[in-house]
Amino acid sequence: MIKYIMKRILIAIPVLIGITVIDYAIMCMAGSPLEMMQGPRISEAAVEAKEIALGLDKPFYIQYFVWLGQLLQGNLGYSMKSFLPVGTMIAEHIGPTLLLMGVSMLVGLLLAVPAGIYSAVHQYSKGDYSIVTLSFLGSSIPGFFLSLLLIYLFTIKLGWLPSSGMMTLGTEGGFIDIVQHMIMPVLVLAVSMAGTNIRYIRSAMLEILQADYIRTARAKGIGRFLVVHKHALRNALIPIVTVIGMQIPMLFGGAVVIEQVFSWPGLGLMTLSAITSRDYPVIMGVCLLSAVVVLIGNLLTDILYAVVDPTIQMQ
Amino acid sequence: MTNHNKKMQIQIANEYKNENYRQTVWRRFKHHKLAGISLIVLVLLCSAALLAPWIAPYPPDEIVGSFASAPSKDFWLGTDQIGRDVFSRLLYAMRISLLVGLMATLISTVIGVLLGLIAGYFGGVIDMVIMRFTDMIMSFPYILLVLVAASIFKPGLWTIILILGFVDWPGIARLVRGNVLNLRESNFVKSSIVAGMPLRHILFSEILPNTVAPILVYATSVVALSILDEAALSFLGMGVQPPTASLGNMLNGAQSLTVLTKQPWLWVPPGFLIIIVVIAINFIGDALRDALDPTTRKEK
Repeated sequence: MIKYIMKRILIAIPVLIGITVIDYAIMCMAGSPLEMMQGPRISEAAVEAKEIALGLDKPFYIQYFVWLGQLLQGNLGYSMKSFLPVGTMIAEHIGPTLLLMGVSMLVGLLLAVPAGIYSAVHQYSKGDYSIVTLSFLGSSIPGFFLSLLLIYLFTIKLGWLPSSGMMTLGTEGGFIDIVQHMIMPVLVLAVSMAGTNIRYIRSAMLEILQADYIRTARAKGIGRFLVVHKHALRNALIPIVTVIGMQIPMLFGGAVVIEQVFSWPGLGLMTLSAITSRDYPVIMGVCLLSAVVVLIGNLLTDILYAVVDPTIQMQ
Repeated sequence: MTNHNKKMQIQIANEYKNENYRQTVWRRFKHHKLAGISLIVLVLLCSAALLAPWIAPYPPDEIVGSFASAPSKDFWLGTDQIGRDVFSRLLYAMRISLLVGLMATLISTVIGVLLGLIAGYFGGVIDMVIMRFTDMIMSFPYILLVLVAASIFKPGLWTIILILGFVDWPGIARLVRGNVLNLRESNFVKSSIVAGMPLRHILFSEILPNTVAPILVYATSVVALSILDEAALSFLGMGVQPPTASLGNMLNGAQSLTVLTKQPWLWVPPGFLIIIVVIAINFIGDALRDALDPTTRKEK
């Protein structure tokens, strides 16, 4: 087991280095931040002084290593707009995003796992067809459009739910207030996730139900309930682990758009405003952070796999 | 595969002995009722989009009526904030969205197939380098990568197509590589290698045709995803730029509260059109998966 984990970590290291190189290269392609400050009121000498101060006069690879060295000391650079350290900015905004992502993932799984298993156990029944059709609908609705529909219905027509922010302005928030603000964004993210996952879990479960050990269990005559819940479900953990792993990058991406629509004060909203104002250190920091999180997520998925299915270590 | 299944397969094989592969696929495809309906809907929508210059009652980018008037006899779906006909714009927008979906998929499929073929066939260091690179691209959250690229390059129709095309390929590369690894061990490929057939022949005339079916199925889902992504990007104002209409940027106006509450004809039709197009493509992809899969058990 330890050998397997070590091997996985060793594979992840070059990927991690590659990620930092790509991240840096993209930002260099984005153009020099000096162009942004150029204007009639700034002299050439000032631009040059800034260039040296920022270390932009050195060749690309030296700049990369300087940046990497800073990174290893935990310094992600400073925002070009607010002059705050990027690390601090991310730390301030990551809480709401993690809350939104975590709850959405949980709700998505609570929708997808029972639906997928029901669908597989009752294959070709009316229930199965409705679930599969609904799951197609769920994965075909653009998240932002579903958000607009929900805002139209629940905020404008019914006035039940607030449509923006994380808590009512001017108040401390409190549990119920936050929950009210979360319902719509969580629903949108969970629906799009469940849409894809239901079909995945269904087909994985179908395969399990056709395995020989399930036939043996059936032949013993222990009844459908025990067969499904004791023999099949335990093996269905493997596809569920895969699904959780696949969700992480999707959640990060989905959160950017959804946070924008609902003005959720998280990482996505911060990133999008950084993108519109071309605040490259911030964009770079967020990209790097999310890539690293995804990488760690994949690593954990691989390890969890090996825990759930010990034969994987041998391959 | 059990004995019983084998018997059934032989029986089925005898029953449909006289049909070729294409007929088999078509027969299985028709089984899927929703896919049949989807195909008809999609053909109708595509022809409406293609024939837009002849069908559209007004030029899409010209001011032809009063500001934001509700649907009427003259303007079937009303007019937008500056007085352009929404129905005409919708037809042209569908053209753009379908074009983005198809072109982005074409680019990513070509890249993915080439890299997957090379990685799977040669193996070793080449395989490792390509697959690690694929891992790196896959580690960046997809939308974030697209957004960053869209902010760097000047947004526009072809920028979006290229960005989506260059970001979408890792899934296809992995799929093709996996299939090539299996096919490489097959006897017909081994015999070609032994016979000294040229590499080009082995890769493109022997391995590729045997992995076309899964690529096709995967590509349909990429078309659907690209259309969704274009819509999201244009909705955020980073995709197709006005005055050109795309399904996404027609929804852009709905970020303002007046449009959202008072002028639903501006944002409801493009939204539902996206859903219809994407769900139709997804259903067709699902039916193709069942129809093209030679090991499918779903025979009745």
